[in-house]
Amino acid sequence: MTETKTSLTRRGALALAGAAVGSGAITGFPTLWAQNIRNITLRQLGTGVSGLNPIAEQVKKDLGFTLQMTVTDTDAVAQRAATQSRSFDIADIEYFSIKKVYPTGVMQPIDTKRIRLADKIVPIFTTGRLTAESVIAQGTSPYSVGFVESKDAKGFASARTELMTLLPTIYNADTLGIRPDLVGRPITQWKDLLDPAFKGKASILNIPGIGIMDAAMVAESAGLVKYADKGNMTRAEIDKTIAFLIEAKKAGQFRAFWKTFDESVNLMASGEVVIQSMWSPAVTAVRSRGIPCVYQPLAEGYRAWGSGLGLMKHLSGLELDAAYEYLNWYLSGWVGAFLNRQGYYSAVLDTAKTFMTENEWGYWMEGKPAVSDIIAPDGKVMEKAGAKRDGGSFLERMGRVVCWNSVMSEDRYMVQKWNEFIAA
Amino acid sequence: MPRLFPWLQAAPLALVLAVFLLVPVAMLVIVSFYDYDSFSLIPAFVLTNYREVFASFVTWQTYLKTLYFAGITWAVTLGLGFWLAYFLAFVVQNQTLRTVLFVLCTVPFWTSNLIRMIAWVPFLGRNGILNGTLLATGVIKEPLEFLLFSDFSVILAFVHLYTLFMVVPIFNTMMRIDRRLLEAARDMGAGFWQTLWCVILPLCKPGIGIGSIFVVVLVMGDFATVRLMSGGQSASVGLMIANQIGLMQYPAAAANAVVLLAMVLLMVGAMLRVIDIRKEL
Repeated sequence: MTETKTSLTRRGALALAGAAVGSGAITGFPTLWAQNIRNITLRQLGTGVSGLNPIAEQVKKDLGFTLQMTVTDTDAVAQRAATQSRSFDIADIEYFSIKKVYPTGVMQPIDTKRIRLADKIVPIFTTGRLTAESVIAQGTSPYSVGFVESKDAKGFASARTELMTLLPTIYNADTLGIRPDLVGRPITQWKDLLDPAFKGKASILNIPGIGIMDAAMVAESAGLVKYADKGNMTRAEIDKTIAFLIEAKKAGQFRAFWKTFDESVNLMASGEVVIQSMWSPAVTAVRSRGIPCVYQPLAEGYRAWGSGLGLMKHLSGLELDAAYEYLNWYLSGWVGAFLNRQGYYSAVLDTAKTFMTENEWGYWMEGKPAVSDIIAPDGKVMEKAGAKRDGGSFLERMGRVVCWNSVMSEDRYMVQKWNEFIAA
Repeated sequence: MPRLFPWLQAAPLALVLAVFLLVPVAMLVIVSFYDYDSFSLIPAFVLTNYREVFASFVTWQTYLKTLYFAGITWAVTLGLGFWLAYFLAFVVQNQTLRTVLFVLCTVPFWTSNLIRMIAWVPFLGRNGILNGTLLATGVIKEPLEFLLFSDFSVILAFVHLYTLFMVVPIFNTMMRIDRRLLEAARDMGAGFWQTLWCVILPLCKPGIGIGSIFVVVLVMGDFATVRLMSGGQSASVGLMIANQIGLMQYPAAAANAVVLLAMVLLMVGAMLRVIDIRKEL
């Protein structure tokens, strides 16, 4: 390379060589500093949902620098971001956590002028609405905490600005998981969790912030409580919700409460529980053991969550450039396809599509029956040909989100009451 | 100069304890008086955290539940541990066999805490091995639901985990008992129970004391076993603290931790009053 273009400066030649070796042809980014960037290490803190090693390996291959991932649980990410913000560079954090963390001033906003595909991001994040007709869901919607007015603003902007708090990366719509072989009847509504037929065979998740939302979906469906905003309950609403939970617990409705992914898989796979709050990949995990499990769409709609990448305040210079390069790469398709294949959704759909086969795209995103076997990222057969995704297409699932995971103003009171429920 | 020497010898340990024990505990106490909102700690001197601990019916209930777990676990592990140690120390005569059996007692510790606890699910569950066997043999007609995700399973897991902590110190004191004392007792006409009550038991007190401290302290501070084995249906003080930490309510968690610490220290203090464990050392 250097021999043919003798007029190049030494630095330019190195950069070209670096770009060729480091970033590969896929990204095609103008990486003028490609040589220096190889020595950079970005430290990312996040949850097991997207803190996946193949992503770090691909970053090394495509961008040339090292992405070091630390994985912990949702609460711990928020805690460390707020209290030890200098111990990492990029936070892979949930939108409801960012509502707490961003105002502490440990992060810097993302300048969307530097994000090439900013306008391609799914409108849920940029306008709050999936389609022009859809309504903004209750709770901490990503849109409501997605933008700030200025670099030093502590509060969130009420509409789209050029500064984003988080670059959306992954999101999904949650519902109840059921064992179709053991429930013995069609499940159609959230209130079916309380059906006496499932006494001692139901479960709900014991992460207060999310558990209370599932409980609210159930209470509202059963006509017990009417909420102004499930994501921001009043004390009276919290009292009513917890009272109904305690009543159900005392009546022996619940077999257990789960806190981790693995617990939920075990409860379902062992048949201890036949209906419970669940996360999409947990349903897949149960199914991959050959046990029937359905992620049941319900009449009232879904509870959704989303997370994104945020830049910590101390990032600057070359490291900040590398971080922006990483953010752009995240939207450029490879990761999107990787996450979509696990049942999550990515922020920019068009680019992810180019990295997926027609069959994969049809199954995961369009709700079409698989024309051939669907292969999991680890190479195992996940679904046989002919299978259809529970809940259908992207529009059917994300279009029916009624509330987002959230942090309430009465957070402290809610946790106190939740502890009462667990101790009852 | 020679007078300074002992001080210098003690200095490294004192320093380590000061930095890694006293300072953190002091921080804990200080933070327990802080105020907080959902974003940050607010340095202040407020009693709200303690008021919430003491005024809440739930906290009392949770503390009682924790004591209940500790009490039952203590009684069962003491009973089991004493007889296991007795068997190892006095019944088994062969030294090799004794070592092999002793190693067997440590089997529960060969896997991780989490795996051990999760392994109870296929055994005790509704469709588990135990229910399956009982159903097949016709002992029961419906699966026993109380076996898993109940107080029963929590205590079972505790006993399974902590009996060894009782066995080891009791076994240790038993091995130090001068065998001639037992002979003397027999010569004087004491029967089995009288020897046990008047000779062995008093001499085992330090071991029992140490074992009891281990078991009580471990159970009082536990949060993982209670959560997993009760299926999240029971609370313990440790679990309550873990929940509060999870929601960044550090001052509330600190206040609870201080109360728990005081309570455990009082319990240990009471035990030390009854039993002089220094005889063991």
